[in-house]
Amino acid sequence: MTVESGAATTAAQHEQAQHQQAQHQQPAPEIVDQEGFVQLLTPEGERIEHPDYPVELSAADIRDMYRDLVLVRRIDTEAIALQRQGELGIWASLLGQEAAQIGSARSLGPQDMVFPTYREHGVAWCRGIDPVKLLELYRGVSHGGWAPEEHKFHLYTIVIGSQTLHATGYAMGIQRDGAVGGNPENPEAAERPGEAVIVYFGDGATSQGDVNEAFVWASVFNAPIVFFCQNNQWAISEPLEKQSRIPLYQRARGFGFPGLRVDGNDVLACYAVTQKAMQAAREGQGPTFIEAFTYRMGAHTTTDDPTRYRLASELEMWKLRDPIERVRAYLVRTGLADPGFFAEIDAEAKQVGARVREACRTMPDPPPMAIFDDVYSEPTSILREESEQYAAYLESFAGEATGENGGAGR
Amino acid sequence: MTSLTLSKAINEGLRKALENDPKVLIMGEDVGKLGGVFRVTDGLQKDFGEARVIDTPLAESGIVGTAIGLALRGYRPVCEIQFDGFVYPAVNQIISQLAKMRYRSRGHVSLPVVIRIPFGGGIGAVEHHSESPEVLFAHTAGLKVVACADAADAFAMIQQSISSDDPVIFFEPKRRYWDKGEVDTVAGLAQALPLDRAKTVLEGTDVSLFTYGPLVRTALEAALAARQDGRSIEVIDLRSLSPLDVDTICASVRKTGRCVVAHEAPVYAGIGAEIAARVTERCFYHLEAPVLRVGGFATPYPPSRLEDHYLPDLDRILDAVDRTFGY
Repeated sequence: MTVESGAATTAAQHEQAQHQQAQHQQPAPEIVDQEGFVQLLTPEGERIEHPDYPVELSAADIRDMYRDLVLVRRIDTEAIALQRQGELGIWASLLGQEAAQIGSARSLGPQDMVFPTYREHGVAWCRGIDPVKLLELYRGVSHGGWAPEEHKFHLYTIVIGSQTLHATGYAMGIQRDGAVGGNPENPEAAERPGEAVIVYFGDGATSQGDVNEAFVWASVFNAPIVFFCQNNQWAISEPLEKQSRIPLYQRARGFGFPGLRVDGNDVLACYAVTQKAMQAAREGQGPTFIEAFTYRMGAHTTTDDPTRYRLASELEMWKLRDPIERVRAYLVRTGLADPGFFAEIDAEAKQVGARVREACRTMPDPPPMAIFDDVYSEPTSILREESEQYAAYLESFAGEATGENGGAGR
Repeated sequence: MTSLTLSKAINEGLRKALENDPKVLIMGEDVGKLGGVFRVTDGLQKDFGEARVIDTPLAESGIVGTAIGLALRGYRPVCEIQFDGFVYPAVNQIISQLAKMRYRSRGHVSLPVVIRIPFGGGIGAVEHHSESPEVLFAHTAGLKVVACADAADAFAMIQQSISSDDPVIFFEPKRRYWDKGEVDTVAGLAQALPLDRAKTVLEGTDVSLFTYGPLVRTALEAALAARQDGRSIEVIDLRSLSPLDVDTICASVRKTGRCVVAHEAPVYAGIGAEIAARVTERCFYHLEAPVLRVGGFATPYPPSRLEDHYLPDLDRILDAVDRTFGY
C-alpha cells in the first residue's frame, strides 16, 4: 500500500492509509506454545497440570474466584456507564485483565502489602476496598483517600511506574523489621508468616527509569518483592514493540532475578505463579518478575478511542480467550457449579452494580474548605492565612440571595 | 559548648537522631564507608551498621522513591543528594509523590522524609555542582524547605527536620561546611528556635536585610562594613523558605522601613519576589523605598571562573542597601 502524498490527500485518506499500513506492521501477538508460558486452564476451560505449579484450590475457592471475576467486571461496566452519563470524569477500565488481578491478589496473605497502578480495581476488590472509594477518585471527589495500611493496599499511583520504587522501599522496610521469614538471626521470624510486597505495573511502565531503578534496588538489596507486570499489549496507542525488543519477562535476568510469563487470562495460573513468587520473597529469596500476558479489551480510559490504532479483529481474537468464560466453562464441564450458582452470581452482580451506581450518583462534593485539609501535619502559617482569607471571602456572599447559580463556593 | 564545623554539626545532629530513634535511616550515594563526599555522614555507618546507613545504587529517583516506601513502612529516612544539580532526576518523586501523599490520602499517610542537599556556589566546582534550586521546592505544597547557615542551627535544624512528620528539603550551604561555630550538643532541642521561624542574627534600625544559607555570613560582613558608614543593617536569617516567617519579616520592615533580600538563586521568581510581595501587602505604608533584590542572574550557573560575578558579594549587597536610601 502506497501512501499518497500532496495537497490532494485528505486527512481521512491519510488516516486510512496509515491504518492499513499498521495492519502489515502489527502481527497479532502469539500467545500459545511459548517457552515457559504458564497456563493451568485453557481458553476452552480445560484444566492442565504444570509440574512447577501444583495448585491446591477447592471447588469453593474456584467458585469464589469466579464470583470475584464477575463482580469486578460488573463494577467496571457500571463505571464506564457512569462516565458516559457524566457522573465520573474518567474511568480506566480493567476489562480483560480480571484474571491477572483476581488470581494474583487472591494468592496474597493479609500481611502482604500491595502497590497498585490506577487500573487495579480487581486487586482493590480483593483487598476490601469499597469500589465506591475508587469512583471517588474518578469522579473528582478525592485523590483516593482510603487508609493504605488498613487494607495493605497503597493509593492508586497515576505517574507511570513511580510506585515500583515505593514498593521496593517498603520491602526494604520489611527486611529492616526482621519480618522476612527464614531469617535464622531473627528468632521472631520463625513464628511469623513472613511478609512481602507485590507491585503492579504495565508493559508501558517497563520503559520508565523508576521501574528500572526499582529492579536494581530490589536486586542488590534482595528485597522481598514481586514485580507483577500486566502486559496488556497496549500503552494507550503504543503497542509492545514500542517498549521492548525482547519479551518483558526476560528483562529480569539482566537485573539478576528470575522472570516468568504466565497466561494473564488464566486466573488459576496467575494465582499459582504469584503464590509461589510471594512465598519465595517472604522466605528471603528476593524478587521475582511476573509478566502476566493479557489484553486490554477496552479503551485505555473512557477518553481514548482504540479504533484509531488497533484492529477490531485483534479484540475478537482475545475475546476467545476471555478470562471469565474459561472459568465458567470449567465449572460447568466439571459439574463444580450448577445453574443456580451462576444465577446467584448474576443476581449479586446486579445488586453490586445498582449499589455502586446509586452511591456514585448521590455522592456529595466535598465542602470548599476541604481544599486546605491535610497538606501538612499541622497547617503552616502561609496555609492558615490563605484558608482564613478564603473562608472570609466565601462568608462575604452569605447575605446574598442565592438563585440556581448564585453565591460563590456553592 | 563545643566548637564544630558546620558539616560536623550536621554529623552530630544525625548521630543524635540515629541514637534517639531506631527508625531513623541515612541513605544516599557514598554516605557509608566514605562518609559522603563532604564527610557529613562520616563514621555513622561504622557505628550504626549498613542496615541503617545505606550506601545506595547511583540513582536519585531511586533514593527518594525507596525512602518514600521506607517511610510508608514507618521509617524516617534521611536522604543525601550529593549535589544540588543532581536532585532533578528525583524531582518527580519529590513533587508528585513525597509532597502530595498526605493530601492524596486525606491524612492517612505521613512521610517523614528528609532530603539533604548541599547547595550554592563559591567552591570553584564544575557545572551542576553550584546551584540553588530551593524555589522549585518552596513552590510545592506539602514540602517544608529550610536552609541552615551556621553550625548551631545546623545541629538543631537537622534534628528538628528529622522529627517533623512532614517531608523536609534541607539545604546545606556547601561553601560554609568548614566554618566553625559554637554548638551546645548536650542541651536538648526544647530551647531551639522552631524550625519555621526566622532568626535575627544582627539587630539594626535603618534597613532590613533578609537572606539564608551561604549568604548569611556575607550579609553579616556587609552589615559590619556599613556600620563604618553609620548605617545600621538588621540581618535576618530566614532559615525556613517554606513556610516563610512573614511575621518576623514584616515586624523588622515596620521597624526599619527599608528591605533588601539577597540570595544566590536567580532573582527572577525567587524567594525575594515572594518577600517583596508580602511586605508590600502587609506594610506598604511603612516602606521608605521599594524592596530591592540581589541575587543570581537569569542565566544558568556560569563557569566557576565567572562565579564571583554571579554570586552576590558584600559590595553588591551594600550597593542595594545604598540604593534603598536613594528614594
